[in-house]
Amino acid sequence: MKMNEWTAICRVEDIPVLGSRRVARPRGTDVAVFRNDRDQVFALLDRCPHKGGPLSQGIVFGTSVACPLHNWTIGLDDGCANAPDQGCAQRFSVKVENGAVFLSVLELASLATDAP
Amino acid sequence: MKRSRLVMVGNGMAGVRTIEELLKIAPELYEITVFGAEPHPNYNRILLSPVLAGEQTLDEIVLNSWEWYRDNRITLHAGKKVVEVDRVRRVVRAEDGTEEEYDRLLLCTGSNPFILPVPGKDLPGVIAYRDIADTNAMIEASRKYKKAVVIGGGLLGLEAANGLMLRGMAVTVVHVMPWLMERQLDDVAGKLLQKSLEDRGLKFMIGAHTQELVAGPAGRVQAVKFKDGTVVDADLVVMAVGIRPNTELAEEMKLHVNRGIVVHDTMQTVTDARIYSVGECAAHRGIAYGLVAPLFEQAKVAANHLAQFGIGRYSGSLTSTKLKVTGIDLFSCGDFMGAASAGTEEIVMSDPFGGVYKKLVIKDDKLVGACLYGDTVDGSWYFKLLREGRNVGDIRDKLMFGESSLGDSGHEGHTKAASMPADAEVCGCNGVNKGAICKAIKEKGLFTVDEVRKHTKASASCGSCTGLVEQILMATAGGDYSAAPKKKAMCGCTDHSHQEVRDAIRTHKLLTIADTFSFMEWRTPNGCASCRPAVNYYLISTWPKQAKDDPQSRYINERSHANIQKDGTYSVIPRMWGGETTANELRRIADVVDKYQVPTVKVTGGQRIDLLGVKKEDLPGVWHDLGMPSGHAYAKALRTVKTCVGSEWCRFGTQDSTQMGKDLERALWRMYAPHKVKLAVSGCPRNCAEAGIKDVGVIGVDSGWEIYVAGNGGIKTEVAQFLCKLKSAAEVLEYSGAFLQLYREEGWYLERTVHYVNRVGLDYVKKKILDDPEGRKALWERLQFSLDGEPDPWFEFDKARVDMRQFGKLAVEQEA
Repeated sequence: MKMNEWTAICRVEDIPVLGSRRVARPRGTDVAVFRNDRDQVFALLDRCPHKGGPLSQGIVFGTSVACPLHNWTIGLDDGCANAPDQGCAQRFSVKVENGAVFLSVLELASLATDAP
Repeated sequence: MKRSRLVMVGNGMAGVRTIEELLKIAPELYEITVFGAEPHPNYNRILLSPVLAGEQTLDEIVLNSWEWYRDNRITLHAGKKVVEVDRVRRVVRAEDGTEEEYDRLLLCTGSNPFILPVPGKDLPGVIAYRDIADTNAMIEASRKYKKAVVIGGGLLGLEAANGLMLRGMAVTVVHVMPWLMERQLDDVAGKLLQKSLEDRGLKFMIGAHTQELVAGPAGRVQAVKFKDGTVVDADLVVMAVGIRPNTELAEEMKLHVNRGIVVHDTMQTVTDARIYSVGECAAHRGIAYGLVAPLFEQAKVAANHLAQFGIGRYSGSLTSTKLKVTGIDLFSCGDFMGAASAGTEEIVMSDPFGGVYKKLVIKDDKLVGACLYGDTVDGSWYFKLLREGRNVGDIRDKLMFGESSLGDSGHEGHTKAASMPADAEVCGCNGVNKGAICKAIKEKGLFTVDEVRKHTKASASCGSCTGLVEQILMATAGGDYSAAPKKKAMCGCTDHSHQEVRDAIRTHKLLTIADTFSFMEWRTPNGCASCRPAVNYYLISTWPKQAKDDPQSRYINERSHANIQKDGTYSVIPRMWGGETTANELRRIADVVDKYQVPTVKVTGGQRIDLLGVKKEDLPGVWHDLGMPSGHAYAKALRTVKTCVGSEWCRFGTQDSTQMGKDLERALWRMYAPHKVKLAVSGCPRNCAEAGIKDVGVIGVDSGWEIYVAGNGGIKTEVAQFLCKLKSAAEVLEYSGAFLQLYREEGWYLERTVHYVNRVGLDYVKKKILDDPEGRKALWERLQFSLDGEPDPWFEFDKARVDMRQFGKLAVEQEA
């Protein structure tokens, strides 16, 4: 495995505007990739820091997503819950080049791979 | 870039809250300087009474420590009273000569106690009750002297009297009006309060006019002399006859002053736009508020403008009074005197021996005032009814017995927070006990029910424990924290209410979410998780076939057409018309359970079968293999029509309820609504289908069908109300459909039929459905038009705009 490389996941238009897609990994919880209305793409572990809800299923607005289980608002850029709620979802680096979305090979293989 | 200079005059609760709000949204914008006349950092003035009573210490009531000012790089001139402001040079000067220049000035000078202009008012031993120095003077006096007279039987006076008595003094309260706290209580409640305080040892002189304060040989006050010649000994006299906005400095500065410093909705003074004023000194639309919650609202607006966002507006607050004299519960709001104004009626419950008194004032079928003594748990509910101007005609007979008489659950019937142990559950929805709420209030310095809700989640779900949470807040943080804006904004993205948004969409024919947001000047680019689903519903319900549904603005259940569970799997409930099924359907269900290894199969309350634990990627396969229509058990839409077996089999049945139920369900399925909608049809008055707690309940009788509407079996069990009796099945369809279409067109998002009907009144619904046949037919036709050709989302994916990409996962390519 080439650890300092990026791997192509999909095209930006494969992600719905104000929506998300789930990315399956060989090991560990899925990663959710989000797209907002300015075509910015973000990636977070698909697991709310509150009770583990799948963030990929939430409503995306601005640069936030509302968790579908208990409506915590999670920042897409840092993965952290809006105050006064506390906790952060693991964030993943994203690169967008010529309309293609890339995630880091190293991060996919090493971050939160044993999360329950 | 050089920062602008913000100078604040007055270091009290409203002003410092403004700075806190400002630092939250624009931390780098200003160099901030604060002048405070008192040599203390900002403290909670409301808690001076518990300090006087010895229940708390001064350290405990400090809200912002010296370190807070330092950490936020705020220059604090404590103990320096500002005596002059030069508005041309923009310079503030304090008594000791300290000068600061400003670009923006915030005046928060608060209020001053009103001192009776009687001879002897300046004698040693005569004090007002306003700040830490006064409190210390009283504590000091209580150590040396025995006899105190408190002039003023309002909240402040009674708290002072109570505190001095607890510190061992013999206290007489002098009150010029005919009963205590006449601005918050009616005569009966005022007299009950007096009796209860007398039992504790306070003495009262009601209706007594103070003439003179008499000095003793040492020059200190020795007695109070009254107009009728009576003389009462006193070593300490506390003046607590009221407060006046402190506008001395503002007047010097030539700002317009009228019962306070006059400000616009932006909290800028009308005279000078560089100068803002919030708190007790500010007069907004003629009112200077003295309660914390409105002042904090003002603080938010002022901060917003200081931060150059320029979008917040303060439009005034309705306030209620809850008073804290330890162990005595009082509540009042609105026009609690009643009889004084024309056209009002009163409902009174009085139990003087039990120490409970309640009076509700009603005008034109609306609650306009309430005064409660001894049992105040329903205060917040009454205040809500008053604020919303809800028609109470239909619940008039139950009104006095409180919200719990309308069905209530989740907190074991507790009504008095004070008597609850710390481990007692307050919020049954979110499992929050009293101890956790008290802890959060103390540690995080919470002031409002909203803040408690955010931090603890107590009362955040069904809201039935709001009254208890308020009581706990009051007992823990002191004073009164309830106030609410006159109209409720839809969410933080806008100041518009649900009704205003609905109206605008109809009047201006708005067809998309983006158009609605731009027309109504939304503050956020694409709303939030609460306003987007609401606006999406308003668009498609107002302009069927024209406005396009936006799946990304729907909650996940309506986007994936299944119900998300706590572990991220989904539940699938296929439609079974009227609760009837067949061997073929059951076989297919069994096959699906085997093939997709569905962990749990459960019969629902709505006479259907629930498959729980289906993986998202399996949903399209499950739907296909079931070959049954979507049950919409996940949607704000028609769920189920529950039926009994009816005349076809039942020996008591008078009507074919199953067929009626199936016909209703086929006519109404795929109907989106503000909230979920449940129907039931029973074939006789034994009502085995439980039609009495459904949005529309139909009960067969020998001569036809009875229609009931707006029932609910949820958080508060609400029995459906009789609408009409009909002869034929066709009429049942038309009347039920018309009622539901009325609700679809006028209900606010997430408002169940019971709440909608409560808001508009059953009489209004009857007028629309029963008295206006043309209107009824038109409603029924509009509903049929809306539903005509609507797709089944489990099969017609394109037409239902189901994004199939959501069911699959993207893969990370494996390296060889």
